[in-house]
Amino acid sequence: MPKKANLKKVMVIGSGPIIIGQAAEFDYAGSQACRALKEEGLEVVLVNSNPATIMTDTHIADRVYIEPLTPEFLEEIISKERPDGLLATLGGQAGLNLAVQLSEKGVLEKYNVELLGTPLKAIERAEDRELFKETMQKLGEPIPESTIVEDVPSAVAFANEIGYPVIVRPAYTMGGTGGGIAENEEELVETVIKGLTYSMIGQVLIERSVAGWKEIEYEVMRDGHDNCITVCNMENFDPVGVHTGDSIVVAPSQTLTDHEYQMLRSASLRIIRELGIEGGCNAQYALDPNSNRYYVIEVNPRVSRSSALASKATGYPIAKVSAKIAIGYTLDEITNAVTQKTKACFEPALDYCVVKFPRWPFDKFVYADRTLGTQMKATGEVMSIDRHFEGAILKAARSLEIGVHRLHMDKMDAWDDARVKKNLARINDERIFVIAEALRRGIATVDEIHDITKVDKWFLYKIQNIATIENKLKDEALTPSLMLEAKNIGLADRSIAEITGKTADEVRTIRKTMHILPKYKMVDTCAAEFEAATPYYYSTFQAEEDEVRVSDARKVIVLGSGPIRIGQGVEFDYCSVHSVWALREMGIEAIIINNNPETVSTDFDISDRLYFEPLTAEDVLNIIDKENPEGVIVQFGGQTAINLAASLQKAGVKVFGTSVDDIDRAEDRERFDEVLTQTQIPRPQGISVTNLDDAVTGAAKIGYPVMVRPSYVLGGRAMEIVYNEAELRDYMSRAVKVTPDHPVLVDRYMQGTEVEVDGISDGVDVVIPGIMEHVERAGVHSGDSIAVYPPQTLSSKVIYTIIDYTKRLALSLHVKGLLNIQFVVVDGEVYIIEVNPRSSRTVPFLSKVTNVDMVGIATRIAMGHTLKELGYKSGLVPPKPYVAVKAPVFSFAKMTDVDIALGPEMKSTGEVMGIDYHYARALYKAIIGSGIHVPTKGCILFTVADKDKEEMKQLAKAFAELGFEICATEGTAKAIQSMGIDAEVVGKVHERSSDIIQMIKNGKINMVINTLTQGKHSAKDGFKIRRATVEHGIACLTSLDTAWEVLRVLSFMRERRLVYSLAIQDYVGGGDDLA
Amino acid sequence: MKGKLILEDGSVFHGELLNNIKATGEVVFNTGMVGYQESLTDPSYCRQILTLTYPMVGNYGIADIFMQSRKSFVNGFVIGELCEHGSNWHYETSLADFLTKQGVPCLYNVDTRAVTRKIRNAGTMKGIIVSEDAAQTEIDELFAVPIKKDVVMEVTTPEAYTLESEKEDAPFVVAMDFGVKQNIIKSMHDLGFKITVVPAHTTAEEVLAMNPDGVFLSNGPGDPADVPEIVEEVKKLIGKKPIFGICLGHQLLALAMGAKTYKLKFGHRGTNQPVKDLRTGNVYISSQNHGYAVDEESLKDLPLTVTHINVNDGTVEGMRHNTLPIFSVQYHPEAAPGPDDNMYLFDEFWAMLKKGE
Repeated sequence: MPKKANLKKVMVIGSGPIIIGQAAEFDYAGSQACRALKEEGLEVVLVNSNPATIMTDTHIADRVYIEPLTPEFLEEIISKERPDGLLATLGGQAGLNLAVQLSEKGVLEKYNVELLGTPLKAIERAEDRELFKETMQKLGEPIPESTIVEDVPSAVAFANEIGYPVIVRPAYTMGGTGGGIAENEEELVETVIKGLTYSMIGQVLIERSVAGWKEIEYEVMRDGHDNCITVCNMENFDPVGVHTGDSIVVAPSQTLTDHEYQMLRSASLRIIRELGIEGGCNAQYALDPNSNRYYVIEVNPRVSRSSALASKATGYPIAKVSAKIAIGYTLDEITNAVTQKTKACFEPALDYCVVKFPRWPFDKFVYADRTLGTQMKATGEVMSIDRHFEGAILKAARSLEIGVHRLHMDKMDAWDDARVKKNLARINDERIFVIAEALRRGIATVDEIHDITKVDKWFLYKIQNIATIENKLKDEALTPSLMLEAKNIGLADRSIAEITGKTADEVRTIRKTMHILPKYKMVDTCAAEFEAATPYYYSTFQAEEDEVRVSDARKVIVLGSGPIRIGQGVEFDYCSVHSVWALREMGIEAIIINNNPETVSTDFDISDRLYFEPLTAEDVLNIIDKENPEGVIVQFGGQTAINLAASLQKAGVKVFGTSVDDIDRAEDRERFDEVLTQTQIPRPQGISVTNLDDAVTGAAKIGYPVMVRPSYVLGGRAMEIVYNEAELRDYMSRAVKVTPDHPVLVDRYMQGTEVEVDGISDGVDVVIPGIMEHVERAGVHSGDSIAVYPPQTLSSKVIYTIIDYTKRLALSLHVKGLLNIQFVVVDGEVYIIEVNPRSSRTVPFLSKVTNVDMVGIATRIAMGHTLKELGYKSGLVPPKPYVAVKAPVFSFAKMTDVDIALGPEMKSTGEVMGIDYHYARALYKAIIGSGIHVPTKGCILFTVADKDKEEMKQLAKAFAELGFEICATEGTAKAIQSMGIDAEVVGKVHERSSDIIQMIKNGKINMVINTLTQGKHSAKDGFKIRRATVEHGIACLTSLDTAWEVLRVLSFMRERRLVYSLAIQDYVGGGDDLA
Repeated sequence: MKGKLILEDGSVFHGELLNNIKATGEVVFNTGMVGYQESLTDPSYCRQILTLTYPMVGNYGIADIFMQSRKSFVNGFVIGELCEHGSNWHYETSLADFLTKQGVPCLYNVDTRAVTRKIRNAGTMKGIIVSEDAAQTEIDELFAVPIKKDVVMEVTTPEAYTLESEKEDAPFVVAMDFGVKQNIIKSMHDLGFKITVVPAHTTAEEVLAMNPDGVFLSNGPGDPADVPEIVEEVKKLIGKKPIFGICLGHQLLALAMGAKTYKLKFGHRGTNQPVKDLRTGNVYISSQNHGYAVDEESLKDLPLTVTHINVNDGTVEGMRHNTLPIFSVQYHPEAAPGPDDNMYLFDEFWAMLKKGE
C-alpha cells in the first residue's frame, strides 16, 4: 500500500516522441515508475503519444492513453479518469512542462489531483533562471555571472559588461535547444534571436562562459523526510563547453580528490534540500582545474538522461525509487532491489569504471555541422563497463557501430601529421579519435594536447597507454605476454588483428589457446560489500575471479539493438524486451546483451541475466562460451543483431528463427532477385553495380529518375533519388564507398502509394496482423512517412495481392518469426520494394493497435512452436473498426545545416500515434502530437518544383477556400493565379535580399509548402527557406501528400470536437460508445 | 615484480609487488571510491593490510594537505591499478613514490573485488604479501609473525600539543589521541575549540588537572578490549567532564560504562554507510572504518540510549548517556575520506560544552 493512503489511482505522463535531448531514457524511467506504482497496488493511468515505447504496453499500466501530450488532451483524460495523483517528474522536460501548464490552467485544482513528487514550487525554483539565481545566492552557491534577457540589446549590454565568451541558454527547453557560446557580438545576436524563439517563455540567460573547466555531475535523491543521498557522480571527458549529452562521460569521477568530490557532493545536498525536491535530481558543476573554485551550472529537478545513465552505471534504480518517494515512502523504507537486504538509503559504491559515449547522427546528416557546443546533437548513447578506463573507452568505441572498433578512424590514416594536429583544436564528434591518432603517431605530447583541448591529462595518459600497446603490437611478435597486455588494456581481437595483419578469427583462436579469456563481474551497487541478487554483469580481462553462476536451465540469448540512432530507435528495444518476456513465460532463461543505458532492456530485472557489453561478434561469442546457451535470437535487435547472425553461425552458434542463409537471401540483391523470380513477385527494375561506369550505363537503361543506395542498408542510409547522370556521378563519389564488396543498388524510382506490412510466419502459415498505408508517396523513407492502419484507399484487389505476396515471400524465405515488407502500388499494380526478415520499426505500433503480441508469437515460433498451436490462422487479421496513424517526429531544431526536406534518407528521430474511430481525428491527433504547428489562419507560402505545380494548384485553392492568404514565389504564384486565386508574389531568396526569410522571421508566414527543386540557386533557396521555418518554429511541409492531409485536418478542426480520448484498453477491447 | 596476497585460509590473489617489500597483517577492505591517501594515513588501519575495492588508485596523486597522520601505519596496501600519471592541481607526488618513501608494502594489479568477496564471505583474516616465487618456508615465517596488539601506543602522539583558538571564550577540549585523524582535530579547531591533544597513556588525573571543558576520545586502531588500562582511565572521567567519543573512543566509552564490544565479521569500511539518527528519524551517509562494534544487548541495563543505528545491519552507531553530558558515535563525522553529512555532531559537542558553562 502506498504511504499516502488517499492514493488509489495515479496518472503518469510520459515524454512523448524520441527527439534529440529526450530519448529512450524516459521509456525506461516511466516503465520503471509504472511498475513501482503497480507493485504498491495502485491503479496506473499512463499518457504518452509515443507508441514505440514499452511504457505504453497495456500490462505496464492499467489504463494506457496514446494521445497527444497537450494540456487539452491531458485535461480530457483527467476528467475521465479522475486520478488522485499525477506523477510528472519521470516524463522528461515534456512531462514537467505539461504538469506546469496543467497546474497553471487550474486543471489539477479543478479535478482535485495532487501533484506527486517534487512540488511545483521546487520545479519553478530550479527552472526559472531568476528564482534559481536567488536560491543559489541565498545558499551561497556560486553561479556564473548571468542575467535574463528578453531582447537582444540587453544581451549585448550585459556581455559588454562581463566580457566574452558568454553562454546563451533559453529558459524551459530541453537538450539546450537554441543555446550556444558566443565569442563576440555578432555571434551573440544570432544566438539570442534563436534562443528567444525556442524558449517557452521568451527568455534567455546570458552567462559567463567557464569553457575549459572540468564538468562534473551529481545524481541526487531526496525524500519527503529530508533524507538525501547522491547516487553517483560523473566526470566529463570533454571540459565545459560541450553539452553533457554530447560529452563522453565517466562514472565515478576520476580526477577529483576526496575533498573536491565531497565539496560538490555537499553542494548538491544543500541545493536539493533548499529546492525541496522529492525524488531524483541532477546537478551540474564547472570545477576549476586549478583551484577549489566551482560554479553550479544547472539543476534538473527531475529524472533525466543522466539519471538513466547513473541508474545503469550503479545498479541503483533512480526512477523506481523516485516513484516510491512520490507516494510517500522515505529512502530508508525502500528496499535496495539489488541486494534485497539493504535499503535504498545509501550511496552506491562502484568498483569499476563506466564510460558513456554519445551516438551522433552525422552518418545520416553528412552535411550537418559536426561542431559540438551547448546544443545537444546526439540521438543516443552507449555505455560500457570495465575495471579500468582504457577497457571501458575501447568497449564504448566498438559499441557505437560507426565503423570503428578502437580509438582509430581509417580515414585519418590518410591525414598527414599537420592535419592531425590541426584537428586537435576542433571540438567535434571525432576529437577523441584525433587525440588517439596524435598520441599513436607521437606527434604531440600529453601536455601539448592538454593545452589545446583542455581535456584532463589523466584521460590523455590513458589514451596514450592504449596507443603504446597498439604500437607495441605493430612492432613486436604477438607473444602470450603481449597478447595478455593487449587484452588487458581492452583491445578487441579485431583491433589486434588489424594491427598485426591477422584475421579476427585467427587472433581469437590464438588467444584461446593461450587461455586468455575474459572474466565476468557483477554490478551490485555496493562494491561486493553485500551479496547481490541481481545478475547484472560486465566483462574484464583484468581479473582472476569470474562471478557468473552458470545455470543448467534451458537458456537463450536475445541480442539488443545498441544505441538509439536514426533508423534504429526505441522500437527495437521494445521488441527485445518482449522477446525476453516471452522466453521467460516459456520457462526458458532469457539472457540479454546490450550496451544502451537508456533502455528498458538493460534494466536489471527484465531478463534472467543482463550482460552490459558491446554487440560485436567477439564480445557476444565470449558470453556464449561462458553461458553455453541453446542459441541466440537475432531478429528483434534491429540491424545490429542481424549483422551478427552470420559470424555467430560461423562460430557454431545456433541462430533461432529465420536461418542466416535465408536472411542473406532477403538482403543480398542477386539472391533476392532469384527469390522474386521464383515467387513471381514484381519489383521496380534495378541493378546492382560495383563501379561508377556500370552505374551510369545501368541508370541510363532503367531511365531516370533512379533510386540509388548501398546494399545492406539501415534506415535508408545514403539513399537518394537522382534525376540525371550528373547527380548520379556526384552521389557515387560522395555518399558511398563502392567496391566489389560493397555494391550499390540502382532502381527505377516508382512514384506510387507505399504500403508496409508486418507478418509472422512459422514456415507453414503466415499471419498478417495489419497493413499500413503511407500518406506520402514512395520516395519518402517509410520511417519518415505518416502511416495509417488500416489502409484507407487500397482496393480489395490490392489488399488481396499484398496478402498473397507476403505469404509467398514468407514461405519462400522460410521465415520463422517476423518479417517486414514494403510495397509500392502503382496504378493498381503491387511491386515489392524491400523485405526485412526481422522485426521492424512498426512492430510496436502494430502490436498495440491490433492487440496481437507479435514479438511474443514470433519468439515462440523461433523456439519451435507453430501458429496453429498458438491459435492463429493464416492470412490477414480482420482490420479493427478504428484508425491509427503513426506520424514521424524530427529533431531538426538541434541540427543546423541539415535539410529538412523529406526523401529516401530517413531523418526522423521518433514517432507519435493518433488513434480514433474517425480517420480525420486520428490524423489530427498524430499531427498535433508530432509537434507540427498547424495554423488555423494566416498566410501560407507555396514554392514548389515545376513537376508539382499542377497538383499544387488544387491544394492552394483548397487552402484559400479555408480562408488562408496565399503567397508564392513567382512561377508558383502564376500557377495559383491561373486558378483565379489571389497569390501575393514574393521574391526568391537570391533575388531580393532574403525576402521570404525576412517574412518568416517577422511572423508573416504561418506555414510553408515547399517541394524540392533542382538547380543550384533554387536548391540553395529552398534549403534556406526550410531551415528558416525550423529556426522560427513554423510548419514546413515538403510533400504535397502531407499537405493534403494537413488540409483534411484543418477542415476537420472546423467541424468536429477535437479532443476525445479513449484508453488503448477500450479500443482493443472493442465495446465503446462510438464517438 | 610478480607478487601475491595469501590469506590464512589458503586463497591466493596475484598481482605486482612494489619494491619487493613483504608484509603480514589483518586483511580488510574499504569500498570508498576516492580518498586513498586519507585511508592510507588513517591510523585506525595500523597493522592491517588495506585492500581498496575500487580498482583505480592514485589518479590524483598525493598531497601533503590530505595526510591524516604523520605517516601511513598500514602493514600492506592491496589495490587494482596503480596510476602512473596522476592529475590534479593538488598533485605533489605520485602514489607509487609515496608508498616507496613510506616503505609501505604494496601489491597492485590485483582483482580486489575478488579479495573483497572473499573477506565478505569468510570474514577478516590474517594474510601476507610475498613475491610470486616465495618459498614455503618464507610464507610460513610470515604467517607466524604475530599481529601486534599494542597498536594504539604505536600510533598515538608521542607528545602533547595544543591548538589555540582564535575565538574568545572558546571551549577547551582535551583530546585523547588513540590514533586520531587529523581532520577530527582540524574540524573541531575550525569550529573554534581550543584543543590539547594528549598521548593515549595520559591518565585521567592528568587530563582533569588541565581542567578542560570537555574531553574527546579519538578513533584508533585495534580491539578496544586490548587496552583495558585506557578503559580504566576513561571510567574515571565519566561524570567529571562532558565527553564525546568517535570510533575506538566510542567503544572505549562503552566498555568504561560496562557495556560489551564484539568483532564484526568483516567490519564497516567505506564512505557510503547509512546511519539513522533515531532522535529525528533522519538518515545520513557516513564514513566508517571499524572492525568492532558495541553490543546493543549489553547496553540494556545501563544509563545509555542508542541514538544512531546502521541502516544496513542495525548495529549500534551512536549512544548518549541518559543523564550525563556524554555521547559518542561509531563512525567518522570528520569524513576525510567521505561525506561530511555528520559534521553536526561537532556542533552538538560545541553546544554541550557551551551549555555546561
